[in-house]
Amino acid sequence: MRPNKSTRIVLFLYGLLVIGFLYLPLVSVSFASISKARYLTFPIKAYSTRWYAKALESESVRDLVMTSFKVALIVTVVSMLVGFFGALAFARYQWRYRSLFQKVILLPIFFPQMVLGLALLMWFNSLGIIPTWKTAVVAHLVWIAPIATLIIAIRAYSFDPALEEAARDMGASTFTILREITLPLLMPAVISAGLFAFLLSWGNFPLSLFTTGADSTLPEWLYAKMVSGYSPLVPTLGVLSVVGSFLLIMLAFAVVWLMRGIRRAGKAKS
Amino acid sequence: MKSIDHKLGFLNALPLTLVLGVSFLMPLLVIAGFSVMPQKVFSLLHLPDFSSFAVILKQGYYKSLLWSLGMAAAATVILFVICWPLAYGMAKVFGRFSLVLTIAVVMTLFVSENIRLFGWSLTLMKGGLFEGHMRAWFGVGFDGLLYNVPIIIFGLVYVYFPFMLFPLAQGISMVPDDARQAATDLGATRLQVLRHIDLPLAAPGIMVGSLLTFVLAAGAAAESKILGGQAVIVIADDVETAFTFGQNWPLGAALSLILILIIGAIAVYGISKVDLDAIMGRKGR
Repeated sequence: MRPNKSTRIVLFLYGLLVIGFLYLPLVSVSFASISKARYLTFPIKAYSTRWYAKALESESVRDLVMTSFKVALIVTVVSMLVGFFGALAFARYQWRYRSLFQKVILLPIFFPQMVLGLALLMWFNSLGIIPTWKTAVVAHLVWIAPIATLIIAIRAYSFDPALEEAARDMGASTFTILREITLPLLMPAVISAGLFAFLLSWGNFPLSLFTTGADSTLPEWLYAKMVSGYSPLVPTLGVLSVVGSFLLIMLAFAVVWLMRGIRRAGKAKS
Repeated sequence: MKSIDHKLGFLNALPLTLVLGVSFLMPLLVIAGFSVMPQKVFSLLHLPDFSSFAVILKQGYYKSLLWSLGMAAAATVILFVICWPLAYGMAKVFGRFSLVLTIAVVMTLFVSENIRLFGWSLTLMKGGLFEGHMRAWFGVGFDGLLYNVPIIIFGLVYVYFPFMLFPLAQGISMVPDDARQAATDLGATRLQVLRHIDLPLAAPGIMVGSLLTFVLAAGAAAESKILGGQAVIVIADDVETAFTFGQNWPLGAALSLILILIIGAIAVYGISKVDLDAIMGRKGR
């Protein structure tokens, strides 16, 4: 029952409109970032890239970027690792507490992130741990590790258990099965989960707010500036941060595309 | 095979369970502990006196809680209406375009919500993208659109859009085309198909989407701060203030606990109703 042509066109236009709506604020931010004036008003009278030059040579900006990057990198590695095993428990094995496990790991995603951050601050305090960027890693994991697990679980569902069972019947050990069969089959999902983990951590603000102590991530700094008044560096760093994320996504797509090409070439040869 | 499955399932669940035990369960217990401590203490080694809850009742903190829940409910309903046609398109009509749409929407998730909300404030403020150009081109300006309740709800709708769209699209894709076809053949009108076929069969997706948007919006603070200019104070704001300016951890913990209990009850109820295997595994099997 395909809807008629006019319905399809209307829906299609609606989709385009929604994309426009989602990206409009980024358009404003981009224009603001190349405005020459210190106090922004539209329409912009003179354009300049001087705020970019300022941002790129500033030491404090470099520190912010480094902190955000360290946090995101560690969150990515841990999420991929934990998420891989978690996804198998989520989707692949039939075990007694599976349904409970599935529901419990979803809970953190439903929690207000800022409140989670505060709870962690109090928890660290009672343990006598002084918050730094390392504690922010823990905070990000609460929210991001379950998401990584879900992404990998979707692929683990489509996994044929017969493959593992056949290997076991032929005498392969649990570890060998994991290395030779399970891991390669789930690898694409593990990588995309890693990509998600990195980007979500890179852009996350509410979880960092209370858990970084004296350190500061890029989104935290931007928020502090936004609330306390306008600074021309805010749109500039915002744009740089977005461009960084998009470059990473492009890179990921390029790598996938290259790998596919290499595999195809390999197959053609043999 | 069964016993191996059982053991492996348990072992594989361990790392994530440990991570969440240390970083999720324990902090929640600490919050519960702090919420019953006397005012303005910074450790759990005091006799509980439940004074924070008395303060919350006396000083009218329930107002910000009601604002948060009310605006979250409004945002959820609006999002459902906005997202339904699009989700339907993604699941049944678009074909290739739904991939483009999915990527475009997911990409926005990777941009810090601060930056996106800041972008809206640049767009809508006096002298912003809209008003500034209106004034320059047509000579008529207006007083910016910021700093009121509708704009906060608008911000919530904007930020949580993907959290409604994707579960809905997944839910609608679970509605078999045969059922809709059969209903139409038997003379059902479009509205009847929607009411008796689409809505009930897509219910798991509707449930997950509404649940996610509602609980996330109820705990949100950035929208009211950046777009609303604190036209109303939301509960997450009160929590933050109690911890920072107020230096009153027990009060903040009690406020968080109330929010957590409300959201937690809704989330646990909703999650327990949904068959995750059916939603997530459908494609593979």
